[in-house]
Amino acid sequence: MKILVTVKEVAEAADDFEIEGDDIAERYLEYDLNEWDDYAVEAAVQLQEAGEDVETVSVTIGPERSEETIRMALAKGIDRAVRVWDDDIAGADLDVAARARLLAAVAEEEEPDLILTGVQANDTGFGATGVALAEELGYEWAAVVNHLDMEAGDPAAAVRRELEGGVEELTEVDLPAVLTIQTGINEPRYASLRGIRRAQSKEIAPKALSDLGVDESVIDSPIRRTAMYEPETESDATYFEGDPEDQASELADLLREKGVAQ
Amino acid sequence: MSDGDVLAVADHRRGDLRDVSFQLLTAGRELADDLGGDLHVAVISGDVDSFADQLAREGVDTIHTVSEGEEFNHDVYVQAVEALFDELAPTALLAPNSVNGLDYVPAVATRLDVPLTTDAVDLTYDESLEVTREMYGSKVETTVEVTATPFAVSIRGGEWPAAEPGGDAEIESFPFDVDESEIGSRVTGFEEVGGGDVDIGDAEFLVSIGRGIEEEENLDLIRDLVDATDATLSSSRPIVDNGWLPKNRQVGQSGKQVTPDVYLAIGISGAVQHVAGMKGSDTIVAINTDPNAPIFDIADYGVVGDLFDVVPALIDEFGG
Repeated sequence: MKILVTVKEVAEAADDFEIEGDDIAERYLEYDLNEWDDYAVEAAVQLQEAGEDVETVSVTIGPERSEETIRMALAKGIDRAVRVWDDDIAGADLDVAARARLLAAVAEEEEPDLILTGVQANDTGFGATGVALAEELGYEWAAVVNHLDMEAGDPAAAVRRELEGGVEELTEVDLPAVLTIQTGINEPRYASLRGIRRAQSKEIAPKALSDLGVDESVIDSPIRRTAMYEPETESDATYFEGDPEDQASELADLLREKGVAQ
Repeated sequence: MSDGDVLAVADHRRGDLRDVSFQLLTAGRELADDLGGDLHVAVISGDVDSFADQLAREGVDTIHTVSEGEEFNHDVYVQAVEALFDELAPTALLAPNSVNGLDYVPAVATRLDVPLTTDAVDLTYDESLEVTREMYGSKVETTVEVTATPFAVSIRGGEWPAAEPGGDAEIESFPFDVDESEIGSRVTGFEEVGGGDVDIGDAEFLVSIGRGIEEEENLDLIRDLVDATDATLSSSRPIVDNGWLPKNRQVGQSGKQVTPDVYLAIGISGAVQHVAGMKGSDTIVAINTDPNAPIFDIADYGVVGDLFDVVPALIDEFGG
């Protein structure tokens, strides 16, 4: 059995930041593995540990810098990685369709039985790439999975989808399939020192558009970000000022006044 | 180029239309006005006749019912929406950015080869589509321009008012035969989660803790406050994801919706999914180190400060 895990290096903004042009200025951004993808990596590694002959491969679309993030996945137990990038991609604003097509090109080479993605990336938050990828490949899928019950070799996966309002949907999904993984599905491990050392010798194969046989028109998009701004703050809160004791005293008065604490 | 019609696909679950479906009608009407077209609404699976009667509201031109299956199945939805799209040739496909929306809209957009923008909080059309959506965990808003038609957009719940009852929508049954061979997923049941020792939905005073608590051991500090004030403990999602509190304590979109007299949010930034679960509280108080945290936008009272200083002082106030 082969499992492909899509991972994305995402930018996180500092509490205080400035916007330059249509993005947050680079100096306020820190890069990390997307939180949802961390859970997807863990789910893949757990399936690998529980089964025999399970190969795990991660794929990312990202610049050389993102190899640091990919190494984290390799250090946690993923066998090898593919990194898609070239100058055409670097200059593009990739939309859902472009990402899905690039990832599909890798999946067509790898032919995995199962693809795990995060539900969404916490920078752009589109939440669409995994399901678009499934449709692109003709795979089945399930979105927002918070429980996965399957063993290597099963023809279908039993999953739970986390709906709104504390309701879970129990669903059987035929393989091959793409599952978009929700946070909380497992407890992502920390990479061990041994894992980190091993990851240094694992393969990260670079792939350009031409290597994947993908025409560069794939990355053309009719969707373009034209502006970014800080939302107008609508706060009309009354603030309790002073040192922590003063603040606590005023807050305590409020709670007594509202009759919820004595 | 199609003629400016909008096709909006309603969301329902276990026999009830979801609130966002009525908001979708408002967003759809506004967009159809911008485009100079009609608003078509589709409702797929379940008791579609009853759903159609409820969806016949102001601004809706035609409702198409697709009687196939009971509950949401993404394979059925993809096929049905594709068929409707082929028949109606709309300029815009609109759907809620709900968990089920996440499960079929990207597949439909891919199959129809139309550009998809998700989680819109505002939409206007003037020669091109302008979508307002958030980025970086709600820290910023962005404007996204879509220069191709037709296009697909999913909308966030709670951003548009529900359409008013009334209007003179026509209801039509849409002839559709599902291709069973393309159905590769089966819903086998539903389960309510979050039962157990306490119902945070009943509490008058909730002390709610978020990521700002940093470590599991620090929860003891919050428990001391809960004991001293006779409050009920709840939390935002990351605390439950970490396994520090059980699911029945989670406030938010995927957890519980709560409406206590007082909601004290400690170290909670106020992501939209959390706010969806507690904005109906009578009085909201927030303690956070970040003065720009979105929680202060909906708070009635705010304490900008370190919870590890303020909470011990508050416990002292109540003789804890």
